[in-house]
Amino acid sequence: MSAEALLSVRSLSVNFRTRSGTVAVLDRVTFDVAPGEIVGIVGESGSGKSVTAFAVMGILDAAAQITSGEILFEGRNVLAMGARERDAWRGSEASIIFQNPRTALNPIRTAGEQIGDVLARHVPDTATVIRAKVLDALRQVRIPDPEKRAKSYPFELSGGLCQRIGIAMALSCSPKLLIADEPTTGLDVTTQAVIMDLIRDLAHERNLGTVLITHDLALASEYCDRIVVMHAGHVVEAAPVAELFAHPRHPYTTRLLRSVPSIADDISQLQAISGSLPDLRRSDLPPCRFAERCDRRIPACDAAGLMLEAAGPSHTVACRNPL
Amino acid sequence: MTETPIIEVENLEKHFVVAREGLLRRRKEQRLHAVDDVSFEIYPGEAVGLVGESGCGKSTLSRVLSRLVDPTAGRIRMNGRDVTDLKTSAFTRSPLRREIQMVFQDPTESLNPRFTAFDLIADPLRQLMPPSSRASLQTKVEAAADNVNLPRSLLTRFPHQLSGGQKARVGIARAMVVEPRLLVLDEPTSALDVSVQATVLQLLDRLRRESNVALLFVSHDLNVVRLLCRRIIVMYLGQIVESGTTEQLFDNPRHPYTRALLSSIPTLRQDRKRERIKLVGDPQSPINPSPTMCRLYGRCPRQQERCRHEAPPLVADADGRKLRCHFPES
Repeated sequence: MSAEALLSVRSLSVNFRTRSGTVAVLDRVTFDVAPGEIVGIVGESGSGKSVTAFAVMGILDAAAQITSGEILFEGRNVLAMGARERDAWRGSEASIIFQNPRTALNPIRTAGEQIGDVLARHVPDTATVIRAKVLDALRQVRIPDPEKRAKSYPFELSGGLCQRIGIAMALSCSPKLLIADEPTTGLDVTTQAVIMDLIRDLAHERNLGTVLITHDLALASEYCDRIVVMHAGHVVEAAPVAELFAHPRHPYTTRLLRSVPSIADDISQLQAISGSLPDLRRSDLPPCRFAERCDRRIPACDAAGLMLEAAGPSHTVACRNPL
Repeated sequence: MTETPIIEVENLEKHFVVAREGLLRRRKEQRLHAVDDVSFEIYPGEAVGLVGESGCGKSTLSRVLSRLVDPTAGRIRMNGRDVTDLKTSAFTRSPLRREIQMVFQDPTESLNPRFTAFDLIADPLRQLMPPSSRASLQTKVEAAADNVNLPRSLLTRFPHQLSGGQKARVGIARAMVVEPRLLVLDEPTSALDVSVQATVLQLLDRLRRESNVALLFVSHDLNVVRLLCRRIIVMYLGQIVESGTTEQLFDNPRHPYTRALLSSIPTLRQDRKRERIKLVGDPQSPINPSPTMCRLYGRCPRQQERCRHEAPPLVADADGRKLRCHFPES
């Protein structure tokens, strides 16, 4: 573990109990986030990106169970915190912004009231002070006319403005860690660009460690410093962004890159990934969960004990037959 | 081109009345201008992309074209024949219904959950070109499934037992089974993962080449449109702002909105990175828009005084590109 990490997720495993058996949704997930660094977690739907975020924030569904691993925040294991300590930590030290800004906000409270709620919970003060802080939070996310917007209800605001309110709320108590779970899915591309620029600028201004969860590799390539690729609950590869796109080592990463429309010159160059994610309820899951879709599979792939291993400076890969 | 277009629309307009006159009949009628003064044509075997952001009217336009809603004004011609006066209810029973088919956005919501894949594909056949026998129905449905690479073993399954990509293929198979001449696709891949999206795009491209079906591909994803389509139409607040070949629009976008749109798309290719052009502020309201102001006014980086007083018309330049702007980029 690097000493300077803000967030360090170590061998995190999460199971979900379902009627049709236990599902190993995350298996030994490991990654670090340094202060001021933007780390992208990318993968297809069902790869465990959001579950990872929810586990870090401590807002997993009741059916989920953390079976092993540690989540270290500035060296403290947040999983060992008591419920009250964790509640105080969440919101003041680490915050999350959600996918659909309209449903993430309370529809019957104004934007200003909702941001005020967060402040009142973590840094109680007089109503006047809180009101001033709310306007300040709105100004920081570059909302024009904050006095008026503070009195607006979510339905009166555009999707882009709602997401700015979400960001203002998440950053109102000056956390050190921000998790953005698909923050621009459902927004238009021009709005997406504005919101992502804002997140990047705020992260740099405040030296905020940021996790960007997205299925959009092109988006991650533009805004992240480092990228963690997930597949079926495993971290398969992690590297600085330029290194990952120039020299991908894991077969899944290369296949994912070849399926992205923005990279192809011609439709014939697009390549789909054959097969689909394995059924995670299976008891006979292979050590490498990509093996059954992989064209580089060798006998060694079926041996137990697959781990993320160094493949270069700050480049790790979990593959027995990397490129 | 001397060929007859499959579909040709002229000054098409679709307004929705969102509030009638007030009690004392003093208030002005509130009309939402979803589609305004739209003209274009699509030729057999052609793939045309229709792009724009949410609320620009692209979905309404695709529904007017597929005759699911009636236009407020303008003409629609199919195969050279004016069908504007054939109302949607009559169109449903006309033999022309078969020629335009639609594939909807979310395959989970657009497929009847109580129908098997077989019945979903057989349903349009039974309605529009009833087969003579059970055996011939079976043959046609199986052929349609083969055509979209849907394994026949999946035909007995219900939508919830299929993956996203398989559901998308059922949606395409049921549109293609009645041998349409134009397929209107409303964001058919936006709910899919990239890896699955690639297969669906290639499938659509193959179907177009093999059966000469024309595609109108409605999407907000310009990168997808670039790969599939030969021509692109860009819409903003109900109007066409720029249209031309894919090369024209990608190599040299001239309308400020097209330029902003292209520069906002994230890309993995360093050589395709463009200087970011930002649109500031919120779009104008689509309700009773000013007839004398450019609709991009207030957000446009190139706006001048004239744009506030005079709405620009759509004009064709020497290369056949159409443009609605007083001060386009050269």
